Amino acid sequence: MAAKDRKATGKAAPTYLELREELLRRDRSLRHKVVSLEEATSFVRDGDSVGIGGSTMSRTPMGMIWALIRAGRKGLTCSRSIVSSDGDLLYASGACDHVVTSWFSQGILWGVSKVMRHHVESGKVRYDEWSHMAMGMRFRAGAMGVPFMPIRSMLGSDVRKQRPEAIEFDCPFTGEKLLLVPALNPDVALIHVQRCDAYGNAQIDGLQFMDVDLAMAANKVILTTERIVSNDQIRRAPDQTKIPFFAVDAVVELPFGCAPHECYGVYEPMLRHMEYYVGLVNGDPVKGMQQYIERFVHGPKSWSEFLALIGIDELLEAARAGESIYDA
Amino acid sequence: MLRKHGYSAAELLTILSARQLSDGQVVFAGVGIPLLAATLAQRLRCPGLTILFEGGVIGAFIEPGKLPPSTNDQRCTKRANMVLGSAEVLLLLQRGYVDVGFMGGAQVDQYGNLNSSFIGDPARPKTRLPGTGGGNDIASLAHMIVAMKHEKRRFVEHVDFVTSPGYLRGGDTRRASGLLAGGTFRVVTDLAVFGFDADERRMQVMSLNPGVSREELQDNTGFVLAFAPHLGVTEPPTDQELELLRELDPDRLYTG
Repeated sequence: MAAKDRKATGKAAPTYLELREELLRRDRSLRHKVVSLEEATSFVRDGDSVGIGGSTMSRTPMGMIWALIRAGRKGLTCSRSIVSSDGDLLYASGACDHVVTSWFSQGILWGVSKVMRHHVESGKVRYDEWSHMAMGMRFRAGAMGVPFMPIRSMLGSDVRKQRPEAIEFDCPFTGEKLLLVPALNPDVALIHVQRCDAYGNAQIDGLQFMDVDLAMAANKVILTTERIVSNDQIRRAPDQTKIPFFAVDAVVELPFGCAPHECYGVYEPMLRHMEYYVGLVNGDPVKGMQQYIERFVHGPKSWSEFLALIGIDELLEAARAGESIYDA
Repeated sequence: MLRKHGYSAAELLTILSARQLSDGQVVFAGVGIPLLAATLAQRLRCPGLTILFEGGVIGAFIEPGKLPPSTNDQRCTKRANMVLGSAEVLLLLQRGYVDVGFMGGAQVDQYGNLNSSFIGDPARPKTRLPGTGGGNDIASLAHMIVAMKHEKRRFVEHVDFVTSPGYLRGGDTRRASGLLAGGTFRVVTDLAVFGFDADERRMQVMSLNPGVSREELQDNTGFVLAFAPHLGVTEPPTDQELELLRELDPDRLYTG
């Protein structure tokens, strides 16, 4: 049952058997899954619950989000550890009317996102706030195939009071008060990685954030990747593989797929573009976003054309800084 | 924004916060002044300070002039001892491996509760702020230092929304809510350094910063201040502290 149907029937989450049935329906064989960015959008339906990998400006699957907006997806519920300008784009384009996260603004360098404020304060959209660890344990419970995880944070706070979905519970072993946070099993996860093979064996360098749990929790996974490598190369370093192929449904090769955000070891955030973006949209969250989406999302014919709009100088500079993490 | 002393409010705040840390501690630092202050302490006095970031970093060693735009960026990992998942690093707080949590906030009240979620009524907010991030987890699970700019609208009797719990309504209310460990023990501002009394758990002034009077502090605070019996005066920043801080943040990314 898609999130939209569950919303319609008032049902909060898929049952354990529904989750297993979803898995059984998927073709989990060792098969080539490479598709184009446009083709990958067909794996996301209007109203889906979408888990987004990475955190803040790091390893954000910006290319996939860009493509979903271009494909006109509507009514998505998006969950992520921490949301940056990806959330601005999702709200302002109308693709998403519900964000579930622990923190939402473009980045600490720029204060509070006026785009987030405009949409949330006008009551047009939902922003459900959980603690960062609660987000992690919700994906963890989803990945484990259990309905909840107990945590010791959020208790006593107003963050907890805003979330009736979380339940206070006296531990049957110790009598201590715990907070049970419900499993989060998105319909589809969007995750960007440094490299994977055509089957979807994905290697992640550096910070993993919540991506492994997110991948295992979701009912479908779309990978975008800087580079598709051979299965032989994956097998030479299996300890680097963080997401197994059978959890993955589609693979898109998309260099600079996080632009203007960062991809660990490949490029740092493109801060000049981000400065331009924030200046435009925080100046006027409605017209500024319209202009940005028109020019940078709908304007270009392809992802490469979008990258060209950011500019080769900035891409090269970001790449040089990104690779410098490996300097001694 | 250099004051008459030759340093800015943000610089003073960073230096005073850094002094609260000791060598050998494990500190979980938020982005901005906490990250900068922990790095300053590590470079100046505490080479064995282990800095944790919510992006999943143990033993961060931030390079001068390369401050990260968030604690989830690759710059946070340079020369670190370990990178790990976000849930994993946050669970270290819950297990008790973290000596000090260190963060800022938009609003603080007399019991050390922090608000970084809503200004005004949460049902019809005047301002929707970014939210907790890891703040609620740090405040719920560790002993915590709060660093923030001192303004009347930020130092209020009751926060509009408890994002990150201090002592809640004072006394035993924190423990009674199920938060068995941790709690804010220092609030550092550009005007003063605060602690909390043992019974009521209410904020009290421990020392005034150089050139700040009791009256000036009270005028800039939204609740009636309590003063510790032996009120001290903060030592002003040393040249060494200021030089190193400016080397770490030459572009004034966090101390602007």
